[in-house]
Amino acid sequence: MGESSAKIETRELDAYFGSNKAVKGIDIKVKANHATAIIGPSGCGKSTFIRCLNRMHEVVPGTRVTGEVLLEGEDIYSRGTNPVDVRRRVGMIFQKPNPFPNASIFDNVAYGLRMNGIRDKAFIQEQVERSLKQAALWDEVKDNLDASGVSISGGQQQRLCIARAMAIEPEVLLMDEPCSALDPIATSKIEDLIFDLKNDYTVIIVTHNMQQAARVADWTAFMYLGELIEFNKTKRLFENPEEELTERYITGRFG
Amino acid sequence: MNSKGFRKRMIKDRLATVAAVACVIAALVPLVSILVDVLIKGLPQFSFEFLTGTIPPPGSDEVGGIGPAIVGTLAAIGIGSLIGIPIGIVSGIFVSEYGDNLFGRTVRFVMDVLAGFPSIIIGIFAYLVLVVSLGGPNAFAGGLALSIIMLPVVARTTEEALKLVPTSLREASLSLGVSRSATIRTVVLSNGKPGIITGIMLSIARITGESAPLLLTVGWTAFYPTTLSQPMASMPVLIYQFAISPFDNWHDLAWGASAFLILLVLGLNITVRIIAHGGRHLFKRRR
Ligand SMILES: Nc1ncnc2c1ncn2[C@@H]1O[C@H](COP(=O)(O)OP(=O)(O)O)[C@@H](O)[C@H]1O
Ligand SMILES: [Mg+2]
Repeated sequence: MGESSAKIETRELDAYFGSNKAVKGIDIKVKANHATAIIGPSGCGKSTFIRCLNRMHEVVPGTRVTGEVLLEGEDIYSRGTNPVDVRRRVGMIFQKPNPFPNASIFDNVAYGLRMNGIRDKAFIQEQVERSLKQAALWDEVKDNLDASGVSISGGQQQRLCIARAMAIEPEVLLMDEPCSALDPIATSKIEDLIFDLKNDYTVIIVTHNMQQAARVADWTAFMYLGELIEFNKTKRLFENPEEELTERYITGRFG
Repeated sequence: MNSKGFRKRMIKDRLATVAAVACVIAALVPLVSILVDVLIKGLPQFSFEFLTGTIPPPGSDEVGGIGPAIVGTLAAIGIGSLIGIPIGIVSGIFVSEYGDNLFGRTVRFVMDVLAGFPSIIIGIFAYLVLVVSLGGPNAFAGGLALSIIMLPVVARTTEEALKLVPTSLREASLSLGVSRSATIRTVVLSNGKPGIITGIMLSIARITGESAPLLLTVGWTAFYPTTLSQPMASMPVLIYQFAISPFDNWHDLAWGASAFLILLVLGLNITVRIIAHGGRHLFKRRR
């Protein structure tokens, strides 16, 4: 695998809800260890698109995906690929924080490890601490690890979900508007976190907030009505877009 | 014009309120009068002797007690629960999590039909299967009948409880590389547990008062049961037999047993309420 090749690449990717095509023929190459933002008006298929990247789209009944998604060159939709293995490598953070309400903070983070068969208590302990530190939550919860996962604030819950996803050491982190339910302070904490994470992980973040895309992402994709309109360096896309539609969206001239 | 229409509506509103209150009273009067009547005549019978003593022979002036009937009823409930609860929970999980197909819809339909079945028919079924084949009334036959009555109650409440577990929690688990079945075993079941426990308690409350199936299946003796394959006493059968008997001391025992049964069912239902509410408060406090 050469330096320049993509971590994730999609080819002619279509996604359906029943007969409604929500993602239309997307081709994109996402580089490793970069943050990529996906912007676009609501309902344009951003969530559906990233849910195709870890095979979460298919857990909704009546859905279908065609085309290819290459993870380090291998199609995750090929026959014989287990979606469970894909999801271990490609983690996901959802729009609304969703910690397990009847599990402690510690058990929330340890869940993925334990369910993947890890029994070594010392290792789990270590990994939970490391993940919570990575998610910039450790200092706030270290004396309170037995408290329920929903006893903390919304912003802390979202960072808990990030720690939970990091604990199983995925290669790619998909984030679907992770700050949309949070206040500005919690949002800026998560943005700082994404900025750090992209050194070691490939991060793809959906956002409807263009300032956020500009702050955290190296590359930005603009989607409209299920199609990928433009994919460019973030600076380029916001300052000097190639497409008329992109220009109109970022200047707020349609909507 | 406008104020006249308003007056009219006010009057209609009053009338509707009065009618509603009248209906509530009409519904409560029989309930309360039965309760009061049974408790007035039944509670004075309560004593250590009443709860543990054996059933007096006909025509004697011994006071006696209903001990064997209490034990028999508990045995039938125990056997019924042992069969009905696990099968009910498994059916509920199946219908909720894997039931989006013909087989799942069939199971749900069968459960719905079973829930509306007259319990006497279920008693006849148990009679044909276990009384005839074992050569006489026995505890197993009673347990079988009760388990069939519990089954749809447990299955439906389990299904409802699991369907209420948010999709977001299932997706959280799936997105961590946890398989569907492991997700159900951990996240779905642990979040549905309060609802499942409520269903179990409700189903036990339901069969505690069942009389028709026991009349047909467990038979009758005056003594404490020693094995489960022989006839035994039970509360509903005791009440039925003693109420229609000509002996005063038996009438007293029937009143006492009725009060005991009512309090038991009432207690179970109140416990279910407390568990259900307690669970919700707990959840609120944590948020
Ligand atoms: N669960 C669903 N069932 C049916 N259609 C859906 C569902 N979720 C999304 N869609 C449709 O797919 C399209 C894209 O939705 P989505 O990917 O959620 O957009 P975005 O994340 O950009 O707001 C929308 O037109 C929406 O109506
Ligand atoms: Mg979305």
